[in-house]
Amino acid sequence: MNQPGFLDVISFGPGGWGGALVAGAVMTILIALCGFMIGSIIGTFGAWAKVSGGRTLRFFADGYTTILRGIPDLLVIYLFYFGGSAAVTAIGRLLGSDGFIGFPGFLAGSLAVGITSGAQQTEVFRGAFRAVQHGEIEAAIACGMSRALRFRRIIAPLTLRHALPGMGNVWQVVLKESALVSITGVAELLRQAQVGAGSTGMPFNFYIVAGAIYLAISTFSGAVLQRSERHFSRGVRRS
Amino acid sequence: MDWSFMLSTFVSLVGAMPLTLQLAATSIFFGVLLALALALLRLSGVPALAWFARGYVFVFRGTPLLVQIFLIYYGLSQSPAVRHSLLWPILREPYWCAVIALTLNTAAYASEIIRGGLLSVPNGQVEAARACGMTRLMIFRRIVLPLAIRQALPGYGNEMISMVKATSLASIITLMEVTGVAAKIISETYRAIEVFIVAGLIYLTINFLLTRFVHVVEHLLSPHLRAPRLAAPVQGEAK
Repeated sequence: MNQPGFLDVISFGPGGWGGALVAGAVMTILIALCGFMIGSIIGTFGAWAKVSGGRTLRFFADGYTTILRGIPDLLVIYLFYFGGSAAVTAIGRLLGSDGFIGFPGFLAGSLAVGITSGAQQTEVFRGAFRAVQHGEIEAAIACGMSRALRFRRIIAPLTLRHALPGMGNVWQVVLKESALVSITGVAELLRQAQVGAGSTGMPFNFYIVAGAIYLAISTFSGAVLQRSERHFSRGVRRS
Repeated sequence: MDWSFMLSTFVSLVGAMPLTLQLAATSIFFGVLLALALALLRLSGVPALAWFARGYVFVFRGTPLLVQIFLIYYGLSQSPAVRHSLLWPILREPYWCAVIALTLNTAAYASEIIRGGLLSVPNGQVEAARACGMTRLMIFRRIVLPLAIRQALPGYGNEMISMVKATSLASIITLMEVTGVAAKIISETYRAIEVFIVAGLIYLTINFLLTRFVHVVEHLLSPHLRAPRLAAPVQGEAK
């Protein structure tokens, strides 16, 4: 049997899967970035609700983080993928079209990743806000800054500095979680590897390469995060 | 809301609960042993062993669990050497592949937690034990390990919860645990929200009980942090 070698399979030439895998890696990064941004926005509001919201808001924020941190991410992806399709189909029926309408996997995936990571971001931002020294805020009040100015100039930058290590951890989790989106059929890295494995009958090669690409992305982004951490805390004296 | 549908969903999901618990318990049990070994390798002071542990943790924490599962379940069977080996009856079963992947994965995370616990043991305790003439093994067994376990327990509790969540990925390689059954019901009925609520409740209950259990163990292991219980007055002493 004339099986293609390891390098032939992942090469960029004809019959090679290199291009497909790179495209998948780009898609993986896109999903992770979208999910991460959605999560950051949710996290900001969640932390705000927990820190300075009223009793109802705090109750809902607590419920959100407790539930989302205790439920498998896969289940959330199923909820968005199937639930989204059911909702879109129902809306389509109202508008007069009959038949099934699928919910785009990319949207379902990044929403699901965003909502699960939002629970982690809430805790990260809340902890980071707690680490902002009260004196700084008092000083800002004493200078006569308005609430918005105080948030923009003092609280947000200081919170961000403390939040950066935690946000880095969340990013790494999001990147790995994005692999689960492959079950919706979005052509991200793992999905491409699955397709390649299926059509060449060489699953080991494809999954090893996919794993190596994930490792490369997470190592590279880890280095970037470390640099930015150093950049944003350059005003901090280290003991 | 359709209560009879939810009740029947609940019954079928509870039927799948033993498999989820079994997957989690087996991989946590083997995972903690492997993690302890890895942590000891890392702290052994032998560069080759320490680098092996470091590399292991790097690879398993840097790649998605789903890739690891696919690599073991689909990937390994690519090589005829594996298919004809003695291990094939094990590697052929999706259950054992899931257990192996979950074990290897949790060991990487848990070894860092255990390493932190081992490093947190104050040197004075070890010195005192040595001064009492204990052998190295006895110091480890009586002094270092119990103190490290106490220190690592809160972090390890989180890891156990993420293991319970991670068992949901076993459904992708055909195992019908809670998420697998939930996905099947969703794809048959397209009632994602109801199924999600029921499945979510089951996971939340498991994780809640697990958290309580860890709290109880923590409480039992840290009597030194509690106020001493007042001893009963000795009879007939005050005259």
